[in-house]
Amino acid sequence: MSTALSAFVSIAFHGLAYAMVLYLISVGLSVTMGLMGFVNLAHGVFAAAGGYVMTRLMAGYGVPFPLAVAAAFIAAAAGGVVLERLLYRRLYGADDLAQVLMSVGLIFMSVATAKYLWGPLAQPMTPPSYLSGQVDLGFRSFPTYRSFLIVAGAVLVTLLWLGLERTRFGARVRAAVDNRRMAQSVGINTAGLFTATFALGSGLAGLGGALGAEILAIDPGYGLEHLVYFLIVVAVGGLGSIKGPFFAALLLGVADTGFKYLLPEFGAFFIYALTLAILLWRPQGLFGRA
Amino acid sequence: MTAALDASPPAAAVNALARRHRLRPLEALPWLAATAAFFVFPDYLPLGAQILINILFALSVDLILGYAGIATLGQAAFFGAGAYTAGLLAAHGWGEPISGLVIAGLVAGIIGLLSGAVILRTRSLTLLMLTLMIAVMLQEAANKAGSITGGADGLQGMSVWQVLGLFRFDLFGRTAYLYCLALLFLGWLAARQLVHSPFGRSLTGIRENEARMHAIGSPVFRRRLVIYAISAVMAGVAGALLAQTTQFVALEVLSFERSGSVLIMLIIGGVGRLYGAFIGVPLYMIAQDRFAQADPVYWDFWIGLLLIIVVLFARTGVLGLFEQLLRRWSPRR
Repeated sequence: MSTALSAFVSIAFHGLAYAMVLYLISVGLSVTMGLMGFVNLAHGVFAAAGGYVMTRLMAGYGVPFPLAVAAAFIAAAAGGVVLERLLYRRLYGADDLAQVLMSVGLIFMSVATAKYLWGPLAQPMTPPSYLSGQVDLGFRSFPTYRSFLIVAGAVLVTLLWLGLERTRFGARVRAAVDNRRMAQSVGINTAGLFTATFALGSGLAGLGGALGAEILAIDPGYGLEHLVYFLIVVAVGGLGSIKGPFFAALLLGVADTGFKYLLPEFGAFFIYALTLAILLWRPQGLFGRA
Repeated sequence: MTAALDASPPAAAVNALARRHRLRPLEALPWLAATAAFFVFPDYLPLGAQILINILFALSVDLILGYAGIATLGQAAFFGAGAYTAGLLAAHGWGEPISGLVIAGLVAGIIGLLSGAVILRTRSLTLLMLTLMIAVMLQEAANKAGSITGGADGLQGMSVWQVLGLFRFDLFGRTAYLYCLALLFLGWLAARQLVHSPFGRSLTGIRENEARMHAIGSPVFRRRLVIYAISAVMAGVAGALLAQTTQFVALEVLSFERSGSVLIMLIIGGVGRLYGAFIGVPLYMIAQDRFAQADPVYWDFWIGLLLIIVVLFARTGVLGLFEQLLRRWSPRR
């Protein structure tokens, strides 16, 4: 195989795996932002929490990988419910700045808590034996864990779309995003819906953080370090959509991998410039409604 | 005719409005305190200079956030641009501090004008994102252009000349402190003039009701752009002061943490009051100096908690609480 093609395949493969992680983490942020209009900068904290739960359970207690991942989802979702009830709910309808500052406060507290409990270093992530090594696809071999990420991501994305398009819960969420007052007047319990959506979004972030711990290392600064990327996915994808962030995550994952592979001397500069250009061209994001 | 006379506003209101921009004795307090601190705490002058610089920086945020209602997560872009400009000048043979400040302010102002011209057309979340994007772009550019900026190691080798050819930057930070104090005073005078001017009042109008300002023919976009650029100049000068007084520029001057911490300091003091910066910055930075050295982990935790409490229960900051108390205690008319 020619080197150019090989490089292209590598970028596409790793970009795709990265995109899946970005999407899983960010989709909840997009929905909660679209639904409640809440600028939640602390969303990455739920991803970090999921990552910590999984890595600690596996390393400290020998919990098998699938169970640890499930625990990450549940813990992040439960944390989401508690914080939504205690804090977020009070600021629905407040101005952007108040929401930004409250969530920045949460990030600070989480950074300190993580440092206190688990120290400043990154948590090592060792995939189980059946997911490590390489998988041979005939023309080329790929790292098994990242292939698993792509497959798992694709399955979860499909489930999420089906859930939102085909279930009653999904219909309620869509109705509330479209027109909250109308949804309320036809008898949809929007407050309950908010909590449930927030929990689901946080849970998915926890899942994304846990599964993606091999790509985005779990350390105390996680919620702040990767914040810009999660926000890019949401802003470029468009608020309140679950399809938009998927394409935005694909774009970001592949473009970021590509730029860092081909033009490492510029780092993330072009990603930021691209985001700037897209947001100026379409302030509502690629799939957002005006 | 008599109807017109009857409709004239009550004298009390006229007086109150006329008194607004007159200097009150209380306004001398920060300057007296800052001058006294120079003599009382000679060992803490470097910290004092940092506080003064951050007050100027917070004041620049107050102009756009408190008066024009433009929320930003990227004010560090201008602070950093000013710091690097002053730093590069001094590292490449032009160490004259005052012209350095002027050039740094101009560079930051031009970046503010250019970026504002494109991003100020958007609103709310998109605008927040775009301010953040400008700052992270500049930070990544400074990080990767290591041959010019020193990258992650920071910009070294600055030599700053004497202020006005008379006052050398000394080891104890005496010159640095007074230099920062003088610049802060000038910045405060300018900001004070600005917010009480017709231009400043129209900004408040835009913040409160943009549609109405459009309707009465106010050039809304241009006014927002002008104040954004002015605020960028002020932030740039603050950054340049930091570079010149510490003779070093770290990549951190462009960071999200810097944009965020200045917002926090301003919120603690009180937004849109001109004096919020003078209360919030010293409180935050003195507390940080006391507690963060002992244990930075605890500091992050408590400042996060404090931020949440302020946002939930004291949106108007320390100054707002103070005003409420005064109102409660003062006899009813």
